[in-house]
Formats: sequence, structure tokens, C-alpha cells
Amino acid sequence: MIVDWFDTNLVSILNGFAIGSLLFILAVGLSIVFGMMDVLNLAHGALYLAGAYLGYQFAGDTSSWLGFGTALGAAALVGLLAGGVLSTMTEPLARRPHLDQALLTLGVALVVAELLAISYGNDVLRVNAPPGLDESVQVFGRTYPAYRLALIGVGLMIAIAVYAVVERTTIGALVRASVADRDMVSALGVDNRKVKLAVLGAGSALAAVAGVLGGPIYGAAPGLDETVLILALVVVVIGGLGSIKGAFIGALVIGQVESLGRALVPDLASFMLFGALALVLIVRPRGLFGAKAAG
Amino acid sequence: MSTPADAETVATRTRPVGAAIGLLVVVGLALVPLFVAPYETTIIGRILIFALLAVSLDLLVGITGLPSLGHAAYFGIGAYTAGWLTINVTAEAPIPLLAAAGAGALAAAATGWLAVRSGGIFFLMLTLAIGELIFQLAQSWESVTGGSNGLYGIPAVQLAGSPLVLAGLRYWYVLAVFLIGYAVLRLVSASPFGAVLRGIRDNEPRMRSLGYSPFRYKLVAFVLAGAVAGLAGGLLTAQQRLVTTADLGFTTAALALLAVVIGGAGTLWGPCLGAALVVLIRDALGPRLDGHGPLVLGLVFILTVYLLPRGFAGLAGLRFRRRPAEPA
Repeated sequence: MIVDWFDTNLVSILNGFAIGSLLFILAVGLSIVFGMMDVLNLAHGALYLAGAYLGYQFAGDTSSWLGFGTALGAAALVGLLAGGVLSTMTEPLARRPHLDQALLTLGVALVVAELLAISYGNDVLRVNAPPGLDESVQVFGRTYPAYRLALIGVGLMIAIAVYAVVERTTIGALVRASVADRDMVSALGVDNRKVKLAVLGAGSALAAVAGVLGGPIYGAAPGLDETVLILALVVVVIGGLGSIKGAFIGALVIGQVESLGRALVPDLASFMLFGALALVLIVRPRGLFGAKAAG
Repeated sequence: MSTPADAETVATRTRPVGAAIGLLVVVGLALVPLFVAPYETTIIGRILIFALLAVSLDLLVGITGLPSLGHAAYFGIGAYTAGWLTINVTAEAPIPLLAAAGAGALAAAATGWLAVRSGGIFFLMLTLAIGELIFQLAQSWESVTGGSNGLYGIPAVQLAGSPLVLAGLRYWYVLAVFLIGYAVLRLVSASPFGAVLRGIRDNEPRMRSLGYSPFRYKLVAFVLAGAVAGLAGGLLTAQQRLVTTADLGFTTAALALLAVVIGGAGTLWGPCLGAALVVLIRDALGPRLDGHGPLVLGLVFILTVYLLPRGFAGLAGLRFRRRPAEPA
């Protein structure tokens, strides 16, 4: 029975993992910046979209490792720079209500998305997977795009890398301490602004890289920024602010809801997303792995 | 409870002047169809509708201290309800509007109990997520909403059996409902209930220790705001006789919040001015910029945050002690 069920839904389950992988890369930066600085970066989706268009720019015409690699590098660089700019822009607002910072990033998101729409038009643009990954492989007797399998692997690697950096290094300890008590870290003589700059830069770079990685699946099109922003927000809310483990579990859950849920009960997909959100928040108002006193 | 008292003093001090200006504005608005061309009249009607949405959002953002980025959802639900009823049941005047307000309230109650458990930025994020889920629902539920094609071919609203086809008549209908909706929110804001909402905004623990249940008050405010947003949505249907998913999308929600912030949160009249600016940029300037109005709106957003932290109301010299802030 169960084996049959798995066999029928294998493709959906694998898709769920691929989406979850992508969502984790997106959400982890959002979650840490939010947990640490209370900065809700609503430009996160726009950064993803910028990454997707970079993917089109370098890997839109032909399938090549050079093009895809260049796109990834360019996205990381653009993301880092954008994170720096956002950090500088929100700095004068540090003493103002957090809502102002969110509104500022919302304005930036509108401007960036519109500039991208002006430059690239309204069509869905294609991003090619690198050679070797643009074919299908056999998984338990079913054909499945190799790229998505690779994406699951890349997501896992990034998860392990982020986890190792944040949980096992001095810099990571600083980030975790800032999530727990920003003022205390500042009192110990650490410049909060530098930590914020670093985290916002890294988070934004991850968002732009996710845009390139998601390109071969979703392409690049206007409106994608909102879709991924919402999914990433739901992941962060479910997982808990500032928690890497939370972002990981949340991304896996939402990935399956988006893929397996859509496949099993297509009409109720939106309800299921809301249902998952509501369920977690009733049981754990701060998310699965959120700190009790945070917020 | 010092801030509600302060706000009350401000309101009392400015009441005669404010009332005179208000009356002049209402008379001016009522005369619009007599002196202004139909197209411009329609634009002003759109401003009124968007202003009603913004004022209902101000009840949450400015008065209760709950910044919502999903408020367009209840606006859109009202619009779809009114549209569906007008097509399938009746176009007779108050019914689609009342149903729209009811649907907005119901949807707000169904989602608000979850959202108002949180506050501050967390609330912003939750309402954004909820709004987007309702947007997706509208897009996939094609048998009722028409999906991405929208709900079109909606008959003109009827008043006592005769359809309001002329732009001027339709405008007066919109204006009358706008004034009723605005008056309701004004009364709520000036009532003891409004004072409790301000108290919750400024110091929630203290209100709780005084014996008020913040959850209940916030939920009632949320449902009320949803009802008025639904009413505004019903007006939208009456005005443009077409509902699309864009009307309840993220951009509409963000622009409503922009209207509130740029006008001055917590003042109710400020967001109306904000709405006017937003609609003028989106609907009047936008087409001239090849539909890239959002670019200008994004820039306005950024400039507002830096230059006008208290909105137009701040320019008018009305200083409130602080903007609705989230608990630290």
C-alpha cells in the first residue's frame, strides 16, 4: 500500500524537496536578519528576482557551465552589494519604529521589480540548466529532471555550510548572540552595524543565488518576487525567527505542501498553506524553533 | 492613558477649524460632477474608494498600532462578493454593498483571530502571508472569481429600480457611501472604544493590567476594518463594474499602507490625502509612463520614510507623541 503510494507520488515528493531546498536558501537569510535586527527585509523577493534575471543574462541562450557559474558569481556579488546598500539605507532609521525600515525595503522592492520589468519586459524568460543536468534521469523507475536532484543536493550543502558557520565559528557565535540580545553584544564592544552589514550582505547574496538556482525551474518573470517572498515569509514564521533549524524544517514542510499538497488536493492548496501556518502558530505562537521571549 | 487624552485635546482644539475645512471639502466633492468632465469625475470616485480603504486601514495602523500588509484581501473579497451578487442575484442598491461589508467582516474574523495574536512586524508579516493566500485563492477559484480573467460584465448598480449608468450619478453614490463609511470610522475613533485601542497601541501591558482584553479589542478593530474595507470593495465594483485579482493583491495592500503612512497614520483624514496622491500617480500619471507608475510609487515610498515620518499630518503641525510602535 504505502509503497504504491510512494511510487505514485514520488515525483511530487521529490519536487517538494527541490522547492524546499530553494526555499531554505531564500528563507535562512531573511530569518537571521529578522531575528537579529528586527529588520523585515521586504526587498528579499526582489533580490531573488534580480538573481533570476542574472541567470537569464548569462545562461539564457545556451546551456553551459561557464554561463551558469558566471551567473552564480554575479548573483552573489550583486547580492552582497545590495545587502550593503540596504544596510546603509536602514542605518539612519535605526532609532525609528521598525515599521519604517520595513516600509523602506518595500519601496526598494517596488523600484527594483519595476526596473527589472522595464529592462526585461513581461514575458517569462528561460534559464538553462548547465550541461549534464539539463536531462532526465531514472529514479526508482521514473524519469526525473537531473537538475532538480542536483538542486536538492546543493540546498543540503548550503544548509550544512550555513549551520556550520553559525553554530561552530566565532563569527557565528556573534550572530547568535546578536539574535539573543543585541544590546548586550553592543555593550561588549562589538559594533552592531558591522554584524548587521555582514548578515544582511550574506543573506542578500543567498537570495540572489537562489534566484539563479531557481531559474531553470521557474524561469524569470515579473511577479515571481512576490510569490517567493510570501513563501519565504511563511517558512520563517513557521520555523521561528532567527533559527536556522527552523528555516530548514519550515522549508521542507512548505516545499511538500506546495508540491505534494498541490498534487493530492489541487483545489485546497492555498488553504493548506494557511492551514499549516495557522496550525503551527496555534501550537507555537513564536514558530517551531522561535525563542520564547523574542519579538 | 495620557496619549488618548492628548489626542482628544488636539481634536478638541482643532475641531471648529477642522469641521469648517471638512464641510468645505464635502461641498466641493459634491459639486464635482457638475463642473468636472466624466473621466476626471471617475478618477475622483476612484480616489474616494481608495481613501475609504486607506481610512479603514488607518483604524488598524494608526489607532490600534497594527501595521497590516494584507488589508487589500478584505477589499477584494468585498468587491468579488458585490460583483457576484450583482451578476447572479440582484443589482438593487444597498444589497451588494451590505453583503460586501459582511463578507469583508467575516473574512477578517476568520483570519484576524490568528493575526492579532501577534503584534508589530510579526503582524505585518502574518497579514502579508494571509493576504497573499487569499489572493491565490481568488486566482484559483475560477468558477466564482473568473480567475486571472477577473469578474467582468457586472451590471450597473440600481437605485430603486433604475440603473446608475451616468458617471455623475455613480459618483454621487460612491461619495455618499464614502461619507457614511468615513463617519462610522470617525465615530469609532472618537468613542471610548477608540480610546482603548489607542491605549493598547501605546502600552499594551498596562491596558491588560487595567482589565482590558487586548486580544478582543484588537480582533473587533480588525473585523471592523475588514468590514469597511469590504464596503470600499463593494463600491469599487459599483464604480468600475470589473473585479480583477490585482484588486486584492500585494501591490494594492502596499499602496494602501503607503497612503496611510504618507498621509499621517492615526489621523483618518491624512490617509485620504495619501490615497489621492497614490491614485493620481497610479491611474493618472502611470499610463503616461507606459504603466510604470509603481516605479514612481516606490520612490515616493522611500522618500516618505526619510522625509515625512509623520506624513502630511506632520506637515500640518499636528504632532502625536509617537507613531504606532511595536512592543520592543
